[in-house]
Amino acid sequence: MTLVLSQLFTGISIGAVLLLIALGLSLTFGQMGVINMAHGEFIMAGAYTVYVLQQVITGAGWSLLVALPVAFVVAGAMGVLLEFLLIRRLYARPLDTLLVTWGVSLILQQLARDVFGAPNVQTRAPELLTGSIRITDHLVISSSRVFILVLALTAVAALTIVLKTTPLGRRIRAVVQNRDLAAVSGLATARVDRLTFFIGSGLAGIAGVALTLIGPIGPTMGTNIIVNAFLVVVVGGIGQLQGTVIVAFVLGVLQSMVEYTTTVSVASVIVFIAIVAFLQWRPQGLFTLRTRSLA
Amino acid sequence: MSGLSVRDLRVVFDGFVAVDGVDLDVPRGDVRFIIGPNGAGKTTMVDAITGLARATGRVTWGDHDLLGRKVHRIARLGVGRTFQTATVFEELTVLQNLDIAAGWSRGPLTLLRKRKAVPAEVENAMETVRLSAVRDRLAGTLAHGQKQWLEIGMLLVQNAELFLLDEPVAGMSHDERDATGELLGRLSENHTVVVIEHDMDFLRRFARTVTVMHAGRKLAEGSVAEVQANPKVQEVYLGHAVQEA
Repeated sequence: MTLVLSQLFTGISIGAVLLLIALGLSLTFGQMGVINMAHGEFIMAGAYTVYVLQQVITGAGWSLLVALPVAFVVAGAMGVLLEFLLIRRLYARPLDTLLVTWGVSLILQQLARDVFGAPNVQTRAPELLTGSIRITDHLVISSSRVFILVLALTAVAALTIVLKTTPLGRRIRAVVQNRDLAAVSGLATARVDRLTFFIGSGLAGIAGVALTLIGPIGPTMGTNIIVNAFLVVVVGGIGQLQGTVIVAFVLGVLQSMVEYTTTVSVASVIVFIAIVAFLQWRPQGLFTLRTRSLA
Repeated sequence: MSGLSVRDLRVVFDGFVAVDGVDLDVPRGDVRFIIGPNGAGKTTMVDAITGLARATGRVTWGDHDLLGRKVHRIARLGVGRTFQTATVFEELTVLQNLDIAAGWSRGPLTLLRKRKAVPAEVENAMETVRLSAVRDRLAGTLAHGQKQWLEIGMLLVQNAELFLLDEPVAGMSHDERDATGELLGRLSENHTVVVIEHDMDFLRRFARTVTVMHAGRKLAEGSVAEVQANPKVQEVYLGHAVQEA
């Protein structure tokens, strides 16, 4: 029983990481339909933000706290720049967008190598997050994992509130649903696009901050996670936030359960096969937009 | 102030000339119907006026040149349009649809705040298009006719002065048509209305002036009676003297 619980929590924490890295993508890819291969490098930028801030701010706790908003703005600004310089010229050309942003991702990786060096860098975790929480004698969970889970859920809640209740979110949804109608209704759609891209990329920055607590920070960290992030969004159903949330946790738990009975690589293979099988059965993903439209 | 003026409008898609040098004048306060067979270029002309299709020539509304402006800029000059297939934001409620159309003038700082009360102009527009009772329903679940009214309501709250309506009664029941016609009558009291329509019965009852288009060009223009008596129009519509296949 304890074993199942501890594996379950490991799975949930893997899911929380998946959720964080996929959340921004569910906006830029899921909502706007932009395949941004450089999203992983925005995550990397968020992680390096912690590293840089720790050169200035010595307290590990404070630097982490400050890093969250700073990483959001840094990654968001990178996203806006990318959107403004390249992506907006390539809307409705997904293959070109994919190739161009992949190129950008390689450039950013090399930039990271030039600035910070090829080897991974280390950050200090705040003392509060280095320990673990003992629930029973056998069930011990690490506090950094709990922090990531809380952070992921907070980010989802914030994004949901912005999208569902604010006029800004309403505009984002309006432009996603029907760009022409939004424009003839007087909305500056290009500005809404840029804002959406800012938020989506900014969330990548937040994910990067979280990743410093559990893994190495290096120039290729973005490449390692971008595929998983796309998988979560696709399996969840394009444009469906709830799908992204559910699929992130389901995949996380699946991974951890299978990992326990086999090995890490075998577990990855099995999870991949499960995803392929699922997409054969439901190519549109878990959730789809459904309306009674005559068009 | 002068109304809508179109001079030598041309729209070309990949070598296909959809609109071929059209001149059109719609004075303020007119209710102009534009008719013509499928492919005559009616919708494309509206696309060009509202900035959705690239065009050459000259289009002015009041003192403003429209061609070359961004779509949302044209909308903010008071030029509003609807689409052929009852196009609304299906995943938003009726009220949210209207809010989008009413809200373009709001600054970025107010965008994160939730508004407490429904503004009077939104309330009035809902009343005018008879959607007050379904204000919190998703627009995608409305009946077809209600969606078309919602489109008109959105134009009302965005302060459009020129209404370009693309087949506003297509697919409507008889009662809905009458209600829409009555709505057009009320709109025309302080707006300029241009209607693209196929329904001849509807046209006879509510048009003040008519422009007939055919193959990207203007074929005839005048009152309903004049246009009906025009032999060229009869030819296009009834195929009397059409020799070439």
